[in-house]
Amino acid sequence: MYEFDWSSIRPGLPFLWKGMKVTLYITLVAMAAGIALGTVLAILRMAKNRALAWLSAAYVNTFRSIPLVMVILWFFLLLPAVIERIFSISRQEDTRLTTALVTFSLFQAAYYAEIIRAGIQSVKSGQMGAALALGMTNGQAMRLVVLPQAFRNMAPLLLTQTIILFQDSSLVYVASLADFFGVAGIIGTRDGRQVELYLFAGAVYFVACFILSSLVKRWQNRLKGHA
Amino acid sequence: MITIRNVSKIYPNGFQALRECSTQVEKGEVIVVCGPSGSGKSTLIKCVNGLEDFQQGEILVDGTSVGDPKTNLPRLRSRVGMVFQHFELFPHMSILENLTVAQVKVLGRSQDEATERGHKLLERVGLKAQAPKHPGQLSGGQQQRVAIARALCMDPICMLFDEPTSALDPEMINEVLDVMVELAQEGMTMMCVTHEMGFARKVAHRVVFMDEGRILEDAKKDEFFGGARTDRAKLFLSKILSH
Ligand SMILES: Nc1ncnc2c1ncn2[C@@H]1O[C@H](COP(=O)(O)OP(=O)(O)OP(=O)(O)O)[C@@H](O)[C@H]1O
Ligand SMILES: [Mg+2]
Repeated sequence: MYEFDWSSIRPGLPFLWKGMKVTLYITLVAMAAGIALGTVLAILRMAKNRALAWLSAAYVNTFRSIPLVMVILWFFLLLPAVIERIFSISRQEDTRLTTALVTFSLFQAAYYAEIIRAGIQSVKSGQMGAALALGMTNGQAMRLVVLPQAFRNMAPLLLTQTIILFQDSSLVYVASLADFFGVAGIIGTRDGRQVELYLFAGAVYFVACFILSSLVKRWQNRLKGHA
Repeated sequence: MITIRNVSKIYPNGFQALRECSTQVEKGEVIVVCGPSGSGKSTLIKCVNGLEDFQQGEILVDGTSVGDPKTNLPRLRSRVGMVFQHFELFPHMSILENLTVAQVKVLGRSQDEATERGHKLLERVGLKAQAPKHPGQLSGGQQQRVAIARALCMDPICMLFDEPTSALDPEMINEVLDVMVELAQEGMTMMCVTHEMGFARKVAHRVVFMDEGRILEDAKKDEFFGGARTDRAKLFLSKILSH
């Protein structure tokens, strides 16, 4: 019978916290960049210009059709060379974190874009008409009237997507980046206590996501109550 | 002020909503547009400020051609007030912000100036105390009065109304009509799609009757009520006056 030994966890906490900071960093940056790019994609998708709408649709559908872990592998093989060239970073420097940030931002943007598009479509068309009738340009009407309502309607879904992103960021382990999950693995392997460390990591992900999801659900109900 | 000449409109799905419509609204004139549901009243009034495009004909507002691709539509629209059936106040803004946002962002007024003007117009429509509230907290009649105030904040040269009272409970219709009557009596140029014939009798100069995308009658108020010429208009009038 396997004997559990949790003694590696306590001394490992500072290291684990460092890993958690990497996880949170990737999550928050990819969320901000993903929502920004996703908004642009959503607006382009509904543009009158067919070519732009097609490009946006192609982007979104491509990323949504490929498993994330493959995108990560490709990007980690290809992107470092590109990043080195663009930012003229020397080979010695570690481009893995930057690569992770770019990968997750681009990938998540495809998912956020679909949510934001649904959000924009959830705003009554009369709102756009009223904004234009006041003399606003299309851009002003979008920025001042439509998007704020779209984001408010979609906030719970955007947060849910971010919770998924928080979990998925653990996939950077394939590039041996020391995020929370990666650090748990490193400590587990070092001390021969992988089962305990992965159980602990799992529990942390579970608790964090469970609390956030419950908050989102409560928020969603409140929004429904308002409407 | 508004000249509509031979305007035809076909929606992208191929449906022809307007057929060679012509009419005009002089400065200071109030015209009422009526007709059965689906006759193209909303389409026509939306063509006037370019919210809908049209394929044929010409619309001039204060001498500016609406259909001309060179026309700066946002600028033109900022001078034409519009009030909608479902109010279309911005629900994420307070009442006061609803009144100031376009003054600041479109006309370039300062926040202080816009706020002052907003308060003044709220007072005028009898809703001074509602400034900090959000649209959802107001009754339909109050929301529509705010919508009128929002349009007036822009100092429009004319006002377009698209069935401003048809989404309201009966007891709220008059508070909105009163504001419109006052506006008309002050000499505002108005094009009103409405079935409120009491309003038409009181302040309209002319009545336009539409059916199936055509303007079938365009007559002085007294002529229209004294004896509509077409059977369609007679039938329509008897129907809406009977309830
Ligand atoms: N976006 C659109 N695409 C296609 N057809 C449309 C569109 N908008 C309106 N129509 C059609 O054009 C016709 C005229 O519509 P419009 O809204 O102008 O009528 P209306 O006189 O304002 O009617 P109501 O009294 O119901 O408001 C209707 O038959 C309607 O179905
Ligand atoms: Mg209509």
